[in-house]
Amino acid sequence: MGMATTDPQFHVLAVDDSLIDRKLIERLLKTSSYQVTTVDSGSKALEFLGLNENDRNTPNETSVSPKIHQEVDVNLVITDYCMPGMTGYDLLKKIKESSSLKNIPVVIMSSENVPSRISRCMEEGAEEFFLKPVRLSDVNKLKPHLMRTKCCKNIQNQENQENKQSQEIQLQTSQSNNNNKRKAMDEGISPDRTRPRYSGFTLVSN
Amino acid sequence: MELNRLQRSFLEYTAALFREGFLDSQFSQLYQLQDESNPEFVVEVVSLFFDDSERLINDLSRALDQTNVDFKKIDAHVHQLKGSSSSIGAQRVKNSCVSFRNFCEVQNIEGCLSCLQQVQQEYLLIKNKLEALFQLEKQIVAAGGAINTVEWML
Repeated sequence: MGMATTDPQFHVLAVDDSLIDRKLIERLLKTSSYQVTTVDSGSKALEFLGLNENDRNTPNETSVSPKIHQEVDVNLVITDYCMPGMTGYDLLKKIKESSSLKNIPVVIMSSENVPSRISRCMEEGAEEFFLKPVRLSDVNKLKPHLMRTKCCKNIQNQENQENKQSQEIQLQTSQSNNNNKRKAMDEGISPDRTRPRYSGFTLVSN
Repeated sequence: MELNRLQRSFLEYTAALFREGFLDSQFSQLYQLQDESNPEFVVEVVSLFFDDSERLINDLSRALDQTNVDFKKIDAHVHQLKGSSSSIGAQRVKNSCVSFRNFCEVQNIEGCLSCLQQVQQEYLLIKNKLEALFQLEKQIVAAGGAINTVEWML
């Protein structure tokens, strides 16, 4: 039965203006069994994530239906730094400033090894900074970041289910819920945990 | 046997390309992403690189031909070409792009023109070599064999 939300597939959104690099990152991610969506710009990424750039100014407009955001479940965003228009850094900032998106881990890719650029991104909340060309060994580093968000989501979903359902159904689900909660607690993860900005900083070079 | 000979040629040819710096380890990474579900992956990505490069080289020629040269635009094109060549492991093309960007930075037209020529040369070289390589691969597959990239010890 599909009571516990144990979706094995992680969904990664990859952002890069280069077609070749989009093809590469897509293959890298699919080889690692992730579900992948690629877009060629930061603004398209925000659109896909359900965030209208003008959201804050016009809260009453239904320009981007909130329904889109609920249906799209992105577990990680990996973005190129150098892009025309909105850079990867700008995209990172917008995601971290959004109440609905700020918990999505973001990874930056860049062809240039610029220490000030790297620290700026890490300070803004990026999980990792990969030097291009990105390799399978880099993509393997994404797993812990993805696992962390999935656990949080499962706890959140279980709690919502418990609140909505009647006692009889609660009896049925509470067993599986307890199992999931116990597992999450063993791993020392709680939904209210504040992530330190610099955790997991890894500079990967060739 | 024909297949053995072909496979030996393939290994010798690629070994030379790596040794002479035409290709770097990123090229072998591409093969790691190729499998039965994506058997043409390397050829597809390299084809994209060919298309991209030809377009960019044309754009660069045009841009350098202007009376008022826009070095920012030229740098942007070269940056793109450097990126794509790096992504497929075309090392010499990538390196010639690095020199190119240096001349852009100091707005040296002569230097840029000379670099463009070099980029074009390197591009044509690697294009010929990769096309020959893919031909060899086709022959191997036609003879019932598979490409062995395990021996690319990089």
